[in-house]
Amino acid sequence: MRITAELIQPESLRGELRDDRAGAYVGFEGWIRDHNEGQEVLRLEYEVYEPVAVVEGDKIIAEAMSRYPLLHAECVHRSGLLEIGECAVWVGVTSAHRDEAFAACRYIIDQVKIRLPIWKKEHYVAGHSGWVNCERCATHGREHPQAIRS
Amino acid sequence: MTKNITVRYFAGFREHAGIDAEEVSCDVDTAGDVFRKLQHRHGSMEPLGHCKVAINDEMADWDTAVGDGDTVLLFPPVAGG
Repeated sequence: MRITAELIQPESLRGELRDDRAGAYVGFEGWIRDHNEGQEVLRLEYEVYEPVAVVEGDKIIAEAMSRYPLLHAECVHRSGLLEIGECAVWVGVTSAHRDEAFAACRYIIDQVKIRLPIWKKEHYVAGHSGWVNCERCATHGREHPQAIRS
Repeated sequence: MTKNITVRYFAGFREHAGIDAEEVSCDVDTAGDVFRKLQHRHGSMEPLGHCKVAINDEMADWDTAVGDGDTVLLFPPVAGG
């Protein structure tokens, strides 16, 4: 598991997984889209608590390796400010056959989304911003149900 | 029993508290007690199950015991990916 403030380069990462024993490579890229819940998004900011995110991410990858007969599995997640269209997260897995590669890739991205201490703040075209999924967790957010204004 | 702990806030919790960490002395047994005692600081109205906690940089459960000198990290609902 890696956290990076630099652009994620999926082609280069895929190259690192090259293995003559692999009959399948499955990659997932999460991109920054220009809208969310009816609002136009200008850019996005990821806050990552790296010491725990890396350890927890490595656990998720180890779980995937023990659940499925994989050759390799990797995950890279961005931190900092991202523009529309940039890659926010990349998962790559290789295996002898495709079924386990699809399943493991899905397992890793699903677990990363729900377990890693990573938060995203959307900056909207309209000028305000809000923590995604966090609107309901702060008394602030109750005053601004769509977003925490800042 | 009163314990001296460090509490760290992240994302929306930090913005609500206005600081990223503070030392507190409070009568707590578990991580869940810390979350409830400091509700006025992090501002969360979420059920505990929607948020996460780590103690000394290790993921923990809300019923994990908190010891004197521990650092308790309060995580709002996560949103990676």
